[in-house]
Amino acid sequence: MFHYLFPPLTIGLGLVMVVLEGIWLKTGDQTWKDAARFWTRIFAVNFGLGVATGLVMEFEFGTNWAAYSRFVGDVFGSALAAEGIFAFFLESGFLAVLVFGWDRVGPKMHFFSSMMVWLGSMFSAVWIVVANSWQQTPAGYHIVEKVVGDHTRYRAEITDFWAMIFNPSSVDRLTHTLIGALILGGFLVTSVSSYYLLKKRHELFARRCFTIGLVIAAIFSLLAAITGHDQAQQVSETQPAKMAAFEGHFETGPGDLYLFGSPDASAGKVRFGLAIPGMLSYLITGDSKSPITGLNDIPEDERPPVWLPFQMYHLMVGLGFGFIVLTLGTLPLLRGGRIFNMRWLLWVHVFAVFGPMVANQAGWIAAEVGRQPWIVYPGEHDGVSMRGLRTSDGLSEAVTSEQVLWSIVMFGLIYLMLFFVWIFVLNNKIQHGPDEPEPTSDPSERSFFKTAAAMSGHQRSLTEYNESESRKPEQP
Amino acid sequence: MFEHDTLSLIWFALLGFLLVGYAILDGFDFGVGILHPIAKSDRDRRIILNSIGPLWDGNEVWLVTFGGALFAAFPEAYATVFSGFYVAFMLLLFALIFRAVSIEFRSKAEHARWRTAWDYGFFGSSLLAAFLFGVAAGNVMQGMPVNEDMIIHQSVWQQLTFYPLLVGVLTVALFSMHGAIFLYLKTEGELQKLIERWIWRTFGFFLIAYIFTTMVTLVEIPRAFKNFHDNKWLWAVPALNVLAVANIPRAMFLKKPVYAFVSSCATIAAFATLFATAIFPNLVPSSLNESWHMTVYNARSSEATLRIMLLIAVIGLPFVITYSGVVYWTFRGKVHLARESY
Repeated sequence: MFHYLFPPLTIGLGLVMVVLEGIWLKTGDQTWKDAARFWTRIFAVNFGLGVATGLVMEFEFGTNWAAYSRFVGDVFGSALAAEGIFAFFLESGFLAVLVFGWDRVGPKMHFFSSMMVWLGSMFSAVWIVVANSWQQTPAGYHIVEKVVGDHTRYRAEITDFWAMIFNPSSVDRLTHTLIGALILGGFLVTSVSSYYLLKKRHELFARRCFTIGLVIAAIFSLLAAITGHDQAQQVSETQPAKMAAFEGHFETGPGDLYLFGSPDASAGKVRFGLAIPGMLSYLITGDSKSPITGLNDIPEDERPPVWLPFQMYHLMVGLGFGFIVLTLGTLPLLRGGRIFNMRWLLWVHVFAVFGPMVANQAGWIAAEVGRQPWIVYPGEHDGVSMRGLRTSDGLSEAVTSEQVLWSIVMFGLIYLMLFFVWIFVLNNKIQHGPDEPEPTSDPSERSFFKTAAAMSGHQRSLTEYNESESRKPEQP
Repeated sequence: MFEHDTLSLIWFALLGFLLVGYAILDGFDFGVGILHPIAKSDRDRRIILNSIGPLWDGNEVWLVTFGGALFAAFPEAYATVFSGFYVAFMLLLFALIFRAVSIEFRSKAEHARWRTAWDYGFFGSSLLAAFLFGVAAGNVMQGMPVNEDMIIHQSVWQQLTFYPLLVGVLTVALFSMHGAIFLYLKTEGELQKLIERWIWRTFGFFLIAYIFTTMVTLVEIPRAFKNFHDNKWLWAVPALNVLAVANIPRAMFLKKPVYAFVSSCATIAAFATLFATAIFPNLVPSSLNESWHMTVYNARSSEATLRIMLLIAVIGLPFVITYSGVVYWTFRGKVHLARESY
């Protein structure tokens, strides 16, 4: 969950970098370059943390979920390995050029690197979402018995690679996930830009970035609603138990659409709820009368928890509509730059970045908790239904609960530390801001002293000036 | 195209390739971290840190890919080893994360104390990670208590016995030397002279650990020599190993540091090959019963998966090698601190 803060940020910021640098290449305007450079630095911090926490995830399959690994290694492992080979090398290799190579490679090569990094971050999402979707809606495999020692073990083996990759949910889930990430990128950019506008710093930079970020956020917020709708239909078809949990739908029959509420699984009803009658059936099937499978038709030991997925799902959907309202409401104000004088709306944008962050997390929690009690859903092969794997059966055989406990505590502490460090560095970079336009565009004349001299010439407050001076040795 | 058995062998070799790649590349990263405190001034420390600045992240990807490939090709071995080394691997992860954080944040604030604290972090975590990799390799070499269900029940204290500890020390020595030679290539002037002295020190340290480990292996682990016994030509591997080691002081003496670096890369590759040859066809030899060894045959994935994965590797690896080359070429030459530097 902590890990999932970062990949969406890198995917979203990747697009921003590519756009900004593309404009710079086209116009040759220094502000765009400084902007690209600034966002690249932010990107790098997030990427570093993404790698560190991602490595934990990859080890964790083996250390904590050994039985699961044995069950799915044949399928899941190949997606993970493909991710390493296709995505990570691409991303990390070109990231080095991106961050450290401004003065070492030409602008075109640098732009190419930006695109490759972004492509890499998306490839990585492709493979990981495919692997996760396969757990939700497994396809293209069969279950093989394997005798080890005195026990018979089962495992999933690939029969059809493409069917596994394009399993019933992977395309829907992938587009929705990527779009969620791109919204986050857009909102982060508008947030930081609004902050600068409010503080009257780097205004040219902030106006331009704000516009780009807002356009990106608006486009993808609309797309998110469309893909979200497609995905909901697909979930109700492939994982009816999950859909029923999302909507607090306890009895099979025409479904109502709750706007909010508090489902109570033991009583089998939603408390304090407000619902649009028949709307759920209408959205899923196009007919408000058609029945939707309720939790009562799911065997008791195969029902997911209801309260958490319900709330998370509604949180995500609610936020999603909020993004549409906010971005579409702000877009017309761009004309003539009216937005840049509306301080309250800029403040809204400063904090709006938490919206997509929460929405991404909520959607992910809803999807994963809604999958319970399965770690791998039961599937079908040639019309014969096959066993799934329960989450409780996926644990490591050799690891004791004490070991798991202390490792959770340890990682809790490490992640807490990482979180503060992340906030600290991000804040540091944002306070530092983009580089001021340099006095000369000739790289050979660019020197520490000239930049310093140029900076002192600017109309800035003494503190600001001192700040930038004192930072210069580490990030001049 | 290939039989299941052939595919298993190809994957054993490919995993070996990934492991060698990782050990060579992250090996000098760890070495650089271990040697980092030898520089006294902040500027020198930053130069040392920035010698791996653009590279370490990419080098760690080799480990991620190795993990993923092991998961896919030999899921049983992946599950058994990773859960068997639970505590050790948690510590390893801790070290790797802490190391990344130290590199990332050391130069973000000006205070001397802040920087010193992260310097310790960078040194300590590099040392710990290198050591733990050695310990893990030593344990596998020695054989682990894999039971009939392919599960290892063993506490971390039982894994810290004499031989694994020795291999851990050897790994630290090897990576330090490797890192020192790398740093020699990346620095100039006074700092380079300092590092040259450290090349000799670490080489001496390595040589002692190397000879000692070899003797202990000869006496303690006869199983390791079975393959050499059956195929006499395999003796070429240790022979190359010795030649590569011997070539390091020779090249340094002749003032050919690139040549020395190539030799230390070859040394690491030879060690990994020796390790692979010694355990083959096992992935994890069982110390309880010979018929419970985890081998490339009983721990592998299905034929279809191995074949698909091979296809993925054949398509992907040339790209990987190409752009790794591009990155290394871009950052060739001596380190100069720039505004993006750590």
